[in-house]
Amino acid sequence: MPLLSVRDLVVKFAMRDETVTALKSISFDVARGDRLGIVGESGAGKSVTGFALLNLISRPGFIDSGEILFDGMNMADMSDAELREVRGNKMAMIFQDPMVTLNPVLTIGQQMVETLQAHRKLSRKEAEQIAVLKLREVYIPAPEERLAQYPHELSGGMRQRIIIAIALLLDPQLIIADEPTTALDVTIQADIMELLLELCTTKKVSLILITHDLGVVSQMTENTLVMYAGRIIEAGRTREIINDPQHPYTQGLINALPQQTLPGERLKQIPGNMPSLSAAPKGCAFNARCEFAQDRCRMEVPNFEQIGPVKVACHEVRRLHHETHKQEDLA
Amino acid sequence: MKDNASNPAILELENLSKSFDLDKGFLETIKFKKGRITREKRSVHAVNDISLTITKGEALCVVGESGCGKSTVARLVSGLLNPTKGAIHYDGHRIDTLKGNALLPYRKRMQMIFQNPYASLNPRMTIQQALEEPVRHHNPSFSRGQIKDKVTEVMQSVGVDPSWASRYPHEFSGGQRQRIAIARALTVDPEFVIADEPISALDVSIQAQVLNLMLEAKEDRGLTYLFITHDLSVVQHFGTRVAVLYLGSICELADTATLFANPKHPYTRALLSAVPQLSDDRPNHIRLKGEIPTPINLPKGCPFQSRCAYADARCGTEQPLAIEQSDGSVVACHAVEEGRID
Amino acid sequence: MSMMADHQGNSLFARIMNSNMAYSFKRNPVAIVSMAIFLIITLAAVFAPLIAPTDPYDPSLYDILDSELPPAWTNQGDPKFLFGTDDQGRDLWSAILYGTRTSLIIGICAVFVQAFLGISIGLISGYVGGRIDNILMRFADIQLSFSTLMVAIIFLAVSQALFGSETFNKYALFMLVGVIGIAEWPQYARTVRATVLAEKKKEYVDSARVLGFSSIRIMVRHILPNSLSPIFVISTVQVANAIISEASLSFLGLGMPVSQPSLGSLISSGFDYIFSGSWWITTIPGVVLVVLVLVINLLGDWMRDVLNPKLYKG
Repeated sequence: MPLLSVRDLVVKFAMRDETVTALKSISFDVARGDRLGIVGESGAGKSVTGFALLNLISRPGFIDSGEILFDGMNMADMSDAELREVRGNKMAMIFQDPMVTLNPVLTIGQQMVETLQAHRKLSRKEAEQIAVLKLREVYIPAPEERLAQYPHELSGGMRQRIIIAIALLLDPQLIIADEPTTALDVTIQADIMELLLELCTTKKVSLILITHDLGVVSQMTENTLVMYAGRIIEAGRTREIINDPQHPYTQGLINALPQQTLPGERLKQIPGNMPSLSAAPKGCAFNARCEFAQDRCRMEVPNFEQIGPVKVACHEVRRLHHETHKQEDLA
Repeated sequence: MKDNASNPAILELENLSKSFDLDKGFLETIKFKKGRITREKRSVHAVNDISLTITKGEALCVVGESGCGKSTVARLVSGLLNPTKGAIHYDGHRIDTLKGNALLPYRKRMQMIFQNPYASLNPRMTIQQALEEPVRHHNPSFSRGQIKDKVTEVMQSVGVDPSWASRYPHEFSGGQRQRIAIARALTVDPEFVIADEPISALDVSIQAQVLNLMLEAKEDRGLTYLFITHDLSVVQHFGTRVAVLYLGSICELADTATLFANPKHPYTRALLSAVPQLSDDRPNHIRLKGEIPTPINLPKGCPFQSRCAYADARCGTEQPLAIEQSDGSVVACHAVEEGRID
Repeated sequence: MSMMADHQGNSLFARIMNSNMAYSFKRNPVAIVSMAIFLIITLAAVFAPLIAPTDPYDPSLYDILDSELPPAWTNQGDPKFLFGTDDQGRDLWSAILYGTRTSLIIGICAVFVQAFLGISIGLISGYVGGRIDNILMRFADIQLSFSTLMVAIIFLAVSQALFGSETFNKYALFMLVGVIGIAEWPQYARTVRATVLAEKKKEYVDSARVLGFSSIRIMVRHILPNSLSPIFVISTVQVANAIISEASLSFLGLGMPVSQPSLGSLISSGFDYIFSGSWWITTIPGVVLVVLVLVINLLGDWMRDVLNPKLYKG
């Protein structure tokens, strides 16, 4: 049984005059020890997915239907008390901005001890010992002294390490990291990513990494979901998706990167913008920007089906897949 | 870079420095330390002694991490800030001392594109108003029709439908707003454009669109760019030359191809290795020890010494000079100078 | 240009009806009721000369024999005088209509004076900064450390003594507008300055500077339109405050004369008779004043919730 199994999850937001659907029936699994990347642009629904997994969606948003089976329990219809037990304890979340995630008026030690004591019967001394241990695991120098410091005394990279240490305090089985390094510099980002990868592999913790950066996904994850306008449009092994993307959007996303073009040449851009949730077109949401779109793409939402090693939601993919392989054979 | 000598320099920065005072009033400068009252003035040294020449037609990229002073360089060049020391020459004329109307002709030749397209357009002005305003301001003799034609032409050139001109910025997506912001800069027909992280607030697929637009504008209008960014893959694609900034000093300046093929400064190497590539299946970067020191009290000697694996006693006392290498790149590093790094 | 205006006029109405403000207004019963009452009072005040049965400014129309008649619905009431009469036989209904008009005029004009001074000073202070900012804001602090009423009482009392009450009564309206306007400008200046400081950091201001626009143009054309929300909110509250200040001053005998009554001077004129049983002369204008101030404040509250200015200080 997978650790996390999401089935037909639908999340809606009740706006002023209408209800918009942010997640349009998404399904995926995360196995124990698996590292999954969720890739997409802003508005694709990747952050909403992260929040929905912890059942953290707050008004005006709500989980409309679907199941989030975590370790066999459905997160979507748990009571608040049960949810609190799961959150932090078995499932932890790391947010984007380390500057605002920590409470500025409490010391690092207070925040860590408080989290521990909320879930475990521990004395202050014991809790502090665990805290020091966890800080050492994330390579924070002089961890005993850090306990007495306030967040503002630490740099951004240090804070994100402490946030990771707090996420690991209760030995969760799953960590959801929502753009954990977007607010950090490249050199710090690389350090944090390496640390996160090391912790996940040595402790056999599952990771869901939400990001817009395909390079990061490539380094960090085994499996990848690509989201577009509230749907999963491609899923499979990360290597397969990056080396041989099937969906025209994934192809476009990878080809648009500056590394894929010779310096000074025009980048291969995807025309247009992602449709807003309230103005999604009929049929495939990508049809207006897709060079392969046919009439059928403008009428029906494509099924999400296995094509070769990956699952893709595209009407034209079989034909395209076939054609490219024929060309390769000829060559 | 020697081959550039044929092209005239459009912008020269001469020993440019900028520091911001942290303690402004007299009372703030009084500190209580070790049982003694002392007077101390702290300041942030954002940019230290930078000299750069930008020749016509090139795209000079300034890269670095947050706090390295790259945005300060852009704001100094655009005249939004005044340098503490040094001089800025544009086309042979010193511009950092000019004020008001004397600066106006240079404003027309030199424009700026900002990072955040959600903040760089006035939310209470329609696109038409926002684009007409600079045309009218810089061409007082233009008739209504001429102004309108100019606005239409600029909107078309950035790929925004001119029939949307009566809309407000909030009705556009981030990418379209950035196009409009670029259009606004182009309304005065500049020859030199300062772009301060123009695509970092945009989505990946939109970044490509805006970058293409900037490349097109470069070719069609013969623009020269000063491009500020933290994204090295964009630099590799867009820049003709690169200046790597660390703690307000240039550590390496080279042609883009040279820099990416053969980075010399230890910081440049670490920076390049930290960019996640699609072909990587695990992080593999050069780890730097420690973190970027604050630019309040700059270390003596090389600014990078505290994190450098090659630092020795000389790096701690003596600031390295920018020395030109055999392949034309300019590197400020004792270890490179002494041949301690292969 | 006229063609464009026409074209925009259509969409402007549609835009207003679709705006957040209209939406929240339609869903907020308190705002609707307050707006309705405010409109009724304002319209009644504006059309006072048409509505009022008599002209309360003309003493030849009073009859001393009609003095202190109670309102029409009581036992001894005279149907001719809806709200009864005051001590001189003046129709209270007419006097209240005219008095509300005077109060509203003073309130709104005083707020215009405040807004003009405060916005100009706040804009300059926030945009220019440095020493000028320091001087202007210290000046505002000094002004704020005196209460409005104290400043007004001293000024009005001195000028009353100086010019004699004849001249003073003639120009009382202008005096009140001026004094309330000048005493309260720091409220505006501080709010505007705070908003300007926030707006000044935004990139559209940098962009305007790089395009070479003059400081005045940037202040008036770019920053001011983006600072209007908090200005609207404090304006409503300040109108209410100014009406109260005027009423207080008139009650103390330093405001509008009894011959040209405002709500405050009506309340004051009836105060001497309240214990002799003529409660209506004070109570009815008092109720009108309270209701007027209350609905303005409720509208201001609603507006603040909708516009949500971050730097509001009431």
